Amino acid sequence: MDEIQKNLLEQVAGLHEMPSGAFNIRANGQSVGRSTTAHIDIVTKEDKQGIDIIIKPGTKKESVHIPVVLSQSGLTEMVYNDFHVGEDCDVTIVAGCGIHNSGDKDSRHDGIHAFYIGKNSHVKYVEKHYGSGDGSGERIMNPETIVHLAENSFLEMETVQIKGVDSTKRSTSATLADGAKLVVTEKLMTHGKQYAETSFNVDLNGEGSSANVISRAVARDDSRQLFLAKINGNNKCAGHSECDAIIMDHAKISAIPEITANSLDAELIHEAAIGKIAGEQIIKLMTLGLTEAEAEAQIVNGFLK
Amino acid sequence: MLELQNISFQVSDEKSARKEIIKDISLTLEDNQFIAITGPNGGGKSTLAKLIMGIEQPTSGKLLFNGTDITHMSITERARLGISFAFQQPVRFKGIKVRDLITLAAGNKLSTAGACEYLSKVGLCARDYINRDVDGSLSGGELKRIEIATIIARNTPLSVFDEPEAGIDLWSFNNLIKVFEELHDTSNNSLIIISHQERILNIADEIVVIAGGTVQSRGRRKDILPGLLNGTDSCRFYKEGGL
Repeated sequence: MDEIQKNLLEQVAGLHEMPSGAFNIRANGQSVGRSTTAHIDIVTKEDKQGIDIIIKPGTKKESVHIPVVLSQSGLTEMVYNDFHVGEDCDVTIVAGCGIHNSGDKDSRHDGIHAFYIGKNSHVKYVEKHYGSGDGSGERIMNPETIVHLAENSFLEMETVQIKGVDSTKRSTSATLADGAKLVVTEKLMTHGKQYAETSFNVDLNGEGSSANVISRAVARDDSRQLFLAKINGNNKCAGHSECDAIIMDHAKISAIPEITANSLDAELIHEAAIGKIAGEQIIKLMTLGLTEAEAEAQIVNGFLK
Repeated sequence: MLELQNISFQVSDEKSARKEIIKDISLTLEDNQFIAITGPNGGGKSTLAKLIMGIEQPTSGKLLFNGTDITHMSITERARLGISFAFQQPVRFKGIKVRDLITLAAGNKLSTAGACEYLSKVGLCARDYINRDVDGSLSGGELKRIEIATIIARNTPLSVFDEPEAGIDLWSFNNLIKVFEELHDTSNNSLIIISHQERILNIADEIVVIAGGTVQSRGRRKDILPGLLNGTDSCRFYKEGGL
């Protein structure tokens, strides 16, 4: 890997070198490194681009890193990664995509991640998106995440997209069985003329299932964002979605939460708030000696921390 | 030393009628002096405090801080010169922790023990609070104490407190009195405290009574306080103010 790719890798996966545990690193459409463990296998798909990650039942305290980096301008790819997590596991999965585009052609990575999470398993899934390069070609990422949570399983999903991605359309859908739990924390910042769309479609099918979808977003300059969150309560369940957004400059944000109760015992809540930074917050930090710009940066950083 | 020279402040209402909130106030605060500003609600006390910090700009008049003309300086410049301001209604933030706010106030990296020193002065245990967000999850009284801790952490030559007692329970109020006494006794810093509370007025060097946008009276506490408490004509609003 060259320095640009190494930098992208650090940004999206926090990796300075090859990680311990299982990993698969994909650079410019090819696997450049792979490691498996006694409990985690990674197999290349034969019918299409992508990999199967197979985590054996009972695997605890192990991690899988599957970052993707693109530094070749004009590269377009569609990748299918399937995660088969056995029962009674406790694992961390770190994905993420970094695109460096210094050319005039669009670079695009579309990733479809499907999770099949076994009974009583706990998965922490972290996904970061990052773009760099000063070419006129756009950096485009369209991640799709499909989640199937078996009885009493739990997925914690953290997604972060702070810098450099020109266009993104993120879609997450999930079905939850009895006692399953989903917690999604999304952090998103757009600037320049970027566009980001994020949609969630959660089906709370099981008794005692719960979902909490929390999005914190900042839109600056002329960027635009659309947040859609659909939660269907089909049983005795609890669902909550929250979109909290700061709007700056000439940006535009739409938030469209939708909750549907198909069961008398479904308890569903949605919250959405969009507004500029409160003037009094800036004034308070200025009274501590920060300039207006420093105060604004502190507030935005804290909000997305 | 802080000098207010003929400060006036006007606002325009919807019908463009000018309303004078502060009328030609001149005041001087010496180094190491502690003055309490009191008076009826709506008399201009909070506005005066905001004019000192630069949150509002005077319509006319001059402000001098240690001989420097600060009339047209920004809030940031005044803060960096050594003026602090405790808000009557503390500001809430999403994602800024108590530790962040105190660190910003102290102006350098703080250990947990360092933050603990400031928080314990306002009766809060650092371990319970340091990693909490300064948001709606804290009660009004907790936010108020954290606000005061930020001012202690700043340790500037001049601190202005706008009704620090508002929202503070009785137990914390006893501590608060100690905080102000300590701030006054152990440093050369000056204090301006806007208050309706007799116990705060009691520990001030001087009391300034502001009503109708002007200074009604100013003097040593022994000269002013009895008049306020006895409800003389000039100070009858004090009965309404809770003393």
